Amino acid sequence: MTTSATPPSRSVGNQQPPKVQRRDNVLTELYRSALGKKYLMAISGLVLMAYVLIHMIGNFKLFEGEASLNEYAIWLRELGEPLIPEYGAIWATRVILILAFGVHIIAAAQLTRMNQISRGRSRYAERHYAAVDFAGRTMRWTGVIVGLFVIYHLADLTWGVQAVNPEWEYLEVYNNVVASFANPVSAAVYIVANAALGVHLYHGAWSLFQSMGWNSPRFNHWRRWFAIGFALLIAVGNISMPVAVQLGLVG
Amino acid sequence: MDLTLRIWRQPHHDAPGDFVRYQVTDVPREASFLEMLDLLNEQLMARNEEPVVFESDCREGICGTCGVMIDGRPHGPWQNTATCQLHMRAYRDGDEITVEPWRAAGFPVIKDLAVDRSAFDRIIEAGGYISTPTGAAPDANMIPVDKATADRAFEAAACIGCGACVAACPNGAAQLFAGAKVAQLNMLPQGQPERYQRATEVVDTMEAFFGSCTNHGECQAACPKDISVDVIAWLNRDYRKAKLSGARAS
Ligand code: FES
Repeated sequence: MTTSATPPSRSVGNQQPPKVQRRDNVLTELYRSALGKKYLMAISGLVLMAYVLIHMIGNFKLFEGEASLNEYAIWLRELGEPLIPEYGAIWATRVILILAFGVHIIAAAQLTRMNQISRGRSRYAERHYAAVDFAGRTMRWTGVIVGLFVIYHLADLTWGVQAVNPEWEYLEVYNNVVASFANPVSAAVYIVANAALGVHLYHGAWSLFQSMGWNSPRFNHWRRWFAIGFALLIAVGNISMPVAVQLGLVG
Repeated sequence: MDLTLRIWRQPHHDAPGDFVRYQVTDVPREASFLEMLDLLNEQLMARNEEPVVFESDCREGICGTCGVMIDGRPHGPWQNTATCQLHMRAYRDGDEITVEPWRAAGFPVIKDLAVDRSAFDRIIEAGGYISTPTGAAPDANMIPVDKATADRAFEAAACIGCGACVAACPNGAAQLFAGAKVAQLNMLPQGQPERYQRATEVVDTMEAFFGSCTNHGECQAACPKDISVDVIAWLNRDYRKAKLSGARAS
């Protein structure tokens, strides 16, 4: 190996990492490291994945008709009563989701910034990538698409913003969903966003094992299949709903 | 065969670099890529031009000194082959070949194709070793290691520290190198006493120079020793355990 002609720009030398400081607050120390941020990406991603799955399964009640979906909505609202007040479970979920989204997005933005610096300013004149796939390359974009879609989705069905869903009425869950999906523009938004989500999950659901260091020769080959299966399940499942309304099978 | 080389020339670290085209003539098919560069330098010196700086040492694929980016592929077109083991039969008369140095913030260019990889030395100093009392060499097989573990540790130990993983990574990350060095020792009984300290120090040092992994797998594809990204998961696991057990202890 060569001797340093120029000292590395960010020198660490031989100093020992400050152990005392680490004992002071291990979690902040951990978050400061890129790997700590990767763990948070993985865990918040896992939380969001669990939510997306449960959310989709619940929403399949759309196929059972108006009464079924609306009853499910009331059940969610009253979940845990009388121990938990009305809307308690829903708000608890919302808080968890906001935290998970926040962590996922902030860590992603910080890691992106760090990696742009580590990559350096000079670029290869020629570069043939051998392994990276479409999903891996587009994580930031599929992430942004899904993030923007979440805002649209909330405006459409949770907040009932007039400009987005003019027919929206409080508690008329089934009618609101059908009104949204019957609009071809809105249906297209759902389809595109969920396709992007599927692509995002294909890379993310595999990466999280790698980031957390959950690997073993016994199940390593299953990780790829899990990611493919999960991504397909979510994308196809979610897209089936606007498609069913568009085809007149529901509504 | 006669070839056109498009080579990155850069006088020193802070100077701007650029590509220069050279003709190299009468290259034998059996020459290695480095011998072809030697030939170019002889022809340049005969014309009183400055030879191209590139690095090599063993020229048998075991030292890791020789890596350069060849036509956009670390170590060139052959799989699992270091630049010195790439041979000119991979090319045809009249080909143009682009040769560039590794490009990453952690590997500043020293001159032309030579980069400063001393950041790897810092990582090795941080944890790429075991502390053992010296004395008479212990008997072979005194510490039992099962075959599967020995094989996996050996695969990780095949790392020659060439830096192709960093060069290939879109994030300039050194996870494959650091993972190989940590996994090689942490898989074996001899590495256990310093296992978690090793993971922590290696990761902290690595992150001072290099980026972080986004699981693209370019490093694995570029590695001349075919090291698997599984070693990255090892590194990630041991670092997590080290930090969290630290958290519990406090
Ligand atoms: S010169 Fe030693 S690996 Fe190529």
